[in-house]
Amino acid sequence: MRGFFSQIWTVVVMNVLSLPRRLWMSLAAIFAVSVVVAVLLAFLAMAKGFEQTLAGTGTDRIAIITRTGSQSELNSSMSRDTVNLVATAPGIARDAGGDPVYSAELYVIVDGIKRSNQLKANIPMRGISPRGFGLREQLEIVEGRQFEPGRNEIVVGEGVLRQFEGFELGREIRFGKTNWEVVGVFSTGGSAFESELWADAPTVQSQFQRGSSFQTVRLRLETPGDVQPILEFVENDPQLILDVETEADFFANQGRALTGIAIFGWILSVVMGLGALAGALNTMYTSVAARAREIATLRAIGFSNISAFMGTLAESLLLSVLGGLAGAIAAWLFFDGFSASTLGASFTQVVFTFELTPELFRDGIVLAVAIGLIGGLFPAWRAARVPVVTAFQGGE
Amino acid sequence: MSDDILFDLRGISKKFVKGNDTITVFENLDMSIARGDFLAIMGPSGSGKTTLLNMLGGVDQPTSGEVVFDGKRVDTLSENQLAAWRANNVGFIFQFYNLMPMLNAERNVELPLLLTRLGRGQRKKNVAAALELVSLSDRAKHMPKELSGGQQQRVAIARALVSDPKLLLCDEPTGDLDRQTADEILEMLTLLNRDYGKTIIMVTHDPEAAKYAKRTVHLDKGEFVAKELAA
Ligand SMILES: Nc1ncnc2c1ncn2[C@@H]1O[C@H](COP(=O)(O)OP(=O)(O)OP(=O)(O)O)[C@@H](O)[C@H]1O
Ligand SMILES: [Mg+2]
Repeated sequence: MRGFFSQIWTVVVMNVLSLPRRLWMSLAAIFAVSVVVAVLLAFLAMAKGFEQTLAGTGTDRIAIITRTGSQSELNSSMSRDTVNLVATAPGIARDAGGDPVYSAELYVIVDGIKRSNQLKANIPMRGISPRGFGLREQLEIVEGRQFEPGRNEIVVGEGVLRQFEGFELGREIRFGKTNWEVVGVFSTGGSAFESELWADAPTVQSQFQRGSSFQTVRLRLETPGDVQPILEFVENDPQLILDVETEADFFANQGRALTGIAIFGWILSVVMGLGALAGALNTMYTSVAARAREIATLRAIGFSNISAFMGTLAESLLLSVLGGLAGAIAAWLFFDGFSASTLGASFTQVVFTFELTPELFRDGIVLAVAIGLIGGLFPAWRAARVPVVTAFQGGE
Repeated sequence: MSDDILFDLRGISKKFVKGNDTITVFENLDMSIARGDFLAIMGPSGSGKTTLLNMLGGVDQPTSGEVVFDGKRVDTLSENQLAAWRANNVGFIFQFYNLMPMLNAERNVELPLLLTRLGRGQRKKNVAAALELVSLSDRAKHMPKELSGGQQQRVAIARALVSDPKLLLCDEPTGDLDRQTADEILEMLTLLNRDYGKTIIMVTHDPEAAKYAKRTVHLDKGEFVAKELAA
């Protein structure tokens, strides 16, 4: 049976050696596949990065209270009375003085100029109570200091500093009719909060005409993960129409809306993949036509039609795998570790980093192989059917 | 059946169906070819020379009738059995050489040996011997495009005989060559027939080429005609 493999191998080698004769067409096929794979990987890397940013954001030691049905912080709203009432609920951790540990917060949208494209984009600005600093995991003031209550001072997340212009320590920034001074920079170890600006809640309420309303309450749980006592308290009071979730659950739900990115990426790449497939088919049919006399000559010599089939399939696979690798490398060069921001479910910027993991690489190569296999199958079948008498026909 | 008959064609018909038309190339053709023969097939264009050669070489099959080679029927073999049969018994020489342009001379000559059980070392020896026979040892590493037409045809002859088949089938082997080069090629075929016992069947338009053969048959409209008698 050694002849079986050596003839297939010989035909594969001959096909590959004949590629320079169809250089441009082959390069075009490689390019088409590489674009498809690069696009797929860009989307998957984006989704992955997003997922990891949001996953890093939540903890079950903290709970978030929003108005029922609001789905995001931005749509939520509650009065100061509601906040004061719910703060008396059992299940909320208390400090040494016996006061509940919570931060009533509100959320406004301001504009910034992105460094990357000099375009305006939204930045969430959060009014928090000084206690709110203690209600974020891994929070660190890396430069400057906290804002002082009652003053137009902001501390900026590191993500904002990276992505937007003009938020360096000591800078004055104008939002609407008021000026704010950057007095500090904070880090939360890469989580979504880093894409925010923080200021004193009452000051934000007055400067942005929010009266005494808040949007969310963030609190520390007495028992990590246990929101049940608070939920019961809320359910027993008909005035309170609120959702209570751990922070981990809250962000996981937000992130779920964004798995759509990955699905969209797959749909887009499959549609583009069909284009690349058409290109691969065309390239391979051309290859078979160009090699028909060589194929027939080999068949006359005694080579099997399986070798003609496998040779063509191998050529197709080689082209598409080369394209897949080129696309993956391009995606890696351009996107891995690339910091970006996008509109989250709350219609605000979440800064995140594209993550190209080995699994995503594998997905890209699988897509390329699929294009190569399908694009090579029918032409390979035709190669196997080339009539041997073709060897006796025609001139050069 | 006599032992020195290599090929026996019995009642061969060959029809091509093209849409509603049926082209009948052969109708009930009989033919015998002796072992060790050097046969030239001549005839006008369209008379069926290539079609006949293809059926002898097992690359095309008769519509009806029997092709018996060495006492065994080959017209009933499957496509892959035929491929194996060709690999063992037939060497082809084409008008346009049909060398693989991406392989050098010795790789081209080696191709038929890849279908055998020979190891690399033995293959190399056989390739060298075949190239020696066609006086191209010094061109072993040359690519086809670096060789003249006559040299390419000699490489093709080396390829046809490297696996030591009994039968060489040539379709216009000198059709693309000038007189002097053609004579060299034909002398080489004569040598292979005389000294190596190859049975050679050669289709040609060229009466000069036919003179090298032991025997010439004339085809016209799918039938053998006795040219000598008619003339
Ligand atoms: N694949 C085919 N389909 C249809 N008709 C064919 C086919 N092959 C050959 N023919 C027909 O069979 C007849 C004999 O063709 P063939 O090629 O054997 O002639 P030939 O004697 O070799 O001619 P030439 O000297 O021009 O090479 C011709 O009429 C040709 O048109
Ligand atoms: Mg012909």
